[in-house]
Amino acid sequence: MESQAFQKVYTKLTNITKATVTLKATDVGYDEIASVAGRMAQVVKITGEDITLQIFEGTEGVPTNAEVSFLGRPPQLKVSDELAGRFFNSYGDPIDGGPEIQGELRDIGSPSVNPVRRKQPSQLIATGIAGIDLNNTLVSGQKIPFFADPDQPYNQVMANVALRAKADKIILGGMGLSNDDYLYFKNVFDNAGALDRIVSFVNTTENPPVERLLVPDMALTAAEYFAVDKNENVLVLLTDMTLYADALSIVSNRMDQIPSKDSMPGSLYSDLARIYEKAVQFPSGGSITIIAVTTLSGGDITHAIPDNTGYITEGQLFLRRDSEIGKVIVDPFRSLSRLKQLVIGKKTREDHPQVMNSAIRLYADAANARTKLENGFDLTDYDERTLDFAKEYSDRLLAIDVNVDIDTMLNISWGLFGKYFSKAEVAIRENLVEKYWEN
Amino acid sequence: MEKENKTTGIVVGIVANLVMVEVNGPVAQNEICFITLGDERLMAEVIKVIGKNVYVQVFESTRGLKPGSVVEFQGHMLEVTLGPGILSKNYDGLQNDLDKMEGIFLNRGEYTDPLDRDTKWSFKPVATVGDEVKAGDWLGEVDENGQPHKIMVPFKMNGTFKLKEIAGEGEYTVDEQIAVVTDENNNDIKLTMVQKWPVKVAVGGFKEKPRPFRLLETGVRCMDTLNPITEGGTGFIPGPFGTGKTVLQHAISKQAEADIVIIAACGERANEVVEIFAEFPELDDPRTGKKLIERTIIIANTSNMPVAAREASVYTAMTIGEYYRAMGLKVLLMADSTSRWAQALREMSNRLEELPGPDAFPMDLSAIISNFYSRAGFVYLNNGQTGSITFIGTVSPAGGNLKEPVTESTRKAARCFYGLSQARADGKRYPAIDPIDSYSKYLEYPEVQEHFAKNISEDWLQNVLDVKDILLRGKETMEQINILGDDGVPINFHETFWKSELIDFVILQQDAFDSIDASTPMERQKYMLSKVLEVVGKKYSFDHFEDVSSFFKQIINEFKQMNYSEFKNDKFFHHQEALEKLINERAN
Ligand SMILES: Nc1ncnc2c1ncn2[C@@H]1O[C@H](COP(=O)(O)OP(=O)(O)O)[C@@H](O)[C@H]1O
Ligand SMILES: [Mg+2]
Repeated sequence: MESQAFQKVYTKLTNITKATVTLKATDVGYDEIASVAGRMAQVVKITGEDITLQIFEGTEGVPTNAEVSFLGRPPQLKVSDELAGRFFNSYGDPIDGGPEIQGELRDIGSPSVNPVRRKQPSQLIATGIAGIDLNNTLVSGQKIPFFADPDQPYNQVMANVALRAKADKIILGGMGLSNDDYLYFKNVFDNAGALDRIVSFVNTTENPPVERLLVPDMALTAAEYFAVDKNENVLVLLTDMTLYADALSIVSNRMDQIPSKDSMPGSLYSDLARIYEKAVQFPSGGSITIIAVTTLSGGDITHAIPDNTGYITEGQLFLRRDSEIGKVIVDPFRSLSRLKQLVIGKKTREDHPQVMNSAIRLYADAANARTKLENGFDLTDYDERTLDFAKEYSDRLLAIDVNVDIDTMLNISWGLFGKYFSKAEVAIRENLVEKYWEN
Repeated sequence: MEKENKTTGIVVGIVANLVMVEVNGPVAQNEICFITLGDERLMAEVIKVIGKNVYVQVFESTRGLKPGSVVEFQGHMLEVTLGPGILSKNYDGLQNDLDKMEGIFLNRGEYTDPLDRDTKWSFKPVATVGDEVKAGDWLGEVDENGQPHKIMVPFKMNGTFKLKEIAGEGEYTVDEQIAVVTDENNNDIKLTMVQKWPVKVAVGGFKEKPRPFRLLETGVRCMDTLNPITEGGTGFIPGPFGTGKTVLQHAISKQAEADIVIIAACGERANEVVEIFAEFPELDDPRTGKKLIERTIIIANTSNMPVAAREASVYTAMTIGEYYRAMGLKVLLMADSTSRWAQALREMSNRLEELPGPDAFPMDLSAIISNFYSRAGFVYLNNGQTGSITFIGTVSPAGGNLKEPVTESTRKAARCFYGLSQARADGKRYPAIDPIDSYSKYLEYPEVQEHFAKNISEDWLQNVLDVKDILLRGKETMEQINILGDDGVPINFHETFWKSELIDFVILQQDAFDSIDASTPMERQKYMLSKVLEVVGKKYSFDHFEDVSSFFKQIINEFKQMNYSEFKNDKFFHHQEALEKLINERAN
């Protein structure tokens, strides 16, 4: 850590908990960072002369006479074009063996964009995955997480989306990333020849958990540099935000705050919103799109972490294994892209909204038929047809291994409608049926 | 309220946006103060006092704030500034004009003027010299975007006054003197077009607040037809995320028959506000031919903006609403989401280490919510004119569980309940308002029933109750079919079920993104309801239960095509004929 000449050094800690230390000091600012026995710490509470510091690495082995010096500034990141292609830890220090970055120091966790200065997102992001492009179309400037159980291949899907998204920069914020997944990302980006477009801030499972609290702000400070200063389209990948929230709860519980639902801090909503709301379309052309991962436990989306996330983000992509076809699909029921209205039928073919809705409705009918079947009832002819439709729809459109363009997705859908249903059963606006119905 | 000598203090403690200040003089609960941080002044509000220690919640980030910083108390609570020029403004929760701020990012400590001081307004006096006047009485009016904006005796002025001078017709800025009144002690008080009011205090100045009795048309069928809200009524929309709260509120704010629409984006997404910024200047207000933005005020305190200002934002919105209501206007106020406001209260209460109530919310949450909802309402002003604030808030229940404290507290305060159901949203049955659980207490008001009989039709109420009945029976029958199987029940069970599906698809479901279907005027709602009831009322013969569903699907399809067509144009009638043909083939 840096040290400054003539700065006052304190050596008397009055209190040590698992994540925090307290000492008497003067002229200390809120949020300021400090070095405690060489470890980075941040001021989280001031009462008179008692300063409480949160130590990101944890307090194991910190003695009461540890040297403490205050740096008089919040956490910062050096930004410049040199960030591209580099890998950093949670503090913004290089971990790829390369040189230090030269650039301008910026405070992380900077102010929000004035809402009247935002532009309405309108640029479609095509991923080739029909479960996304057809049913949950993404738009640049959007913020959206994958909701997935830990055994789903969310990092793979996310890497695919990132590479197909045609972003100028991809910023990876890894929190509690397993070393294997870290290497996986590195490999995929390398193989795609995309490394020079990627900036990574990584906290792996080997690093202390509280350090991850810095990762989203580091990643987003870099993103704002490219989006605002360079007018670039930046895609930020945050994985896994559940582990980020867990770190929040560790800190707040150790600071004796009253937990609310699921032991999460009462401020979880604001804490997460502060990060996700960094997604933006700037009027000057730059944009920040955030694709995150929120792992679920046992598919439970009512847990405080996915629940608060869903209330903040502009939809969610729900991954689920479809046992009928033995593949992972983007579940059309629980998934949603709230910004799709801005592009579907406008940037895509006119029939897109209605085709999407009808197909999902018919897929829902199939789910009902399956329930009937499970309850031992006879199926009607319509039930049988919905089941056949659902299987083919799932395999040809919902599966995450699909990679076609949106017109093709629409054509496949019309093909399936014609194959299994009558026009009245599909119930789409007449002028569209006349134009696109296939027999 | 202004004090001679301002109380000052110094910062002695900081936890996030909660700051402890040691003071040297008197302070009031909810008093506003400014904390000096270098060149910046951070606005804060007193939330607790213990001896010389005052706890304030700061409306900004406290990053870099140090103990010893000087604090200056202002002698008043958080106030809004009221005067012509509020319409079509975009404010933050503290009524800063967002458009006047510098740069792309919000700068800490930047506070901007809510009014435009240079604009000239053409003023017309409506009171005459010698008149006895009191707070809220109209002195004159200016034209604000086509609305008669009344210049009133300030709400803060207690007692009776005599109008001594009034400006003649002409162009004035908001700060120019437009009247002089004399109080009981013969003191002259000069008045301009501007006044201030503390947001947490309800504005009075009206004669009477009767029960609301008139329908407020929203164009949303499952509200207007099934569970209508009234002018001056209250309602709330709880629902898990993604079930359509915001889309529904936006639809209502575009279509509702109101003079003024105030949208408080309270702790939700910035892009949703941007959508309003982008759309409203383009959309026509069908009643005035002007653009929607001209009747709209936006209070944007999105989720990434300071939490304490989020709490203030709903009060700011309500106070502005009360101001326009006092002019005899119909105000529609929407807050999305009141849960974020409750969470802001929770965050502060936790930092204050208060004894928490259920789910760590403050103990008095229920009282706070009720108190807020009670500020809405229909009023008779002192001059006999009427004005109203209709308030609709969304609630975002944690985990989608309607038994949580914010939903439960709101249920006690609001008269209409529009519960959004996850299952309906999953099935893309939008708007996902649950037709069975939702209610409007106004349907039970005799004065509302009378209004319907007079203004819609004698049998309207009965038709609505019949529809509710059919929907309920449909649901029960579906449960039976699910238990006993399609062929385990008589065929007429299928008929009952499909009749309720017909109502669901044709009346309840409405595509908010279709240019025609999005808004249905009352006349069209009446027409469609009677058509649907006509179909439902007929007897049909079916040989097999599968014939039932395929018949009704055809019917539904024709009806939907009607919903997508301009009312009573050729296409509309073409589908109506097709419909009648289908029915005649089947009916006994
Ligand atoms: N009336 C409607 N018609 C069509 N789609 C709707 C309707 N209401 C909601 N939706 C869909 O649901 C999504 C989420 O709605 P929104 O109002 O943002 O949910 P909430 O505010 O409850 O989280 C929208 O983006 C849209 O795709
Ligand atoms: Mg919403």
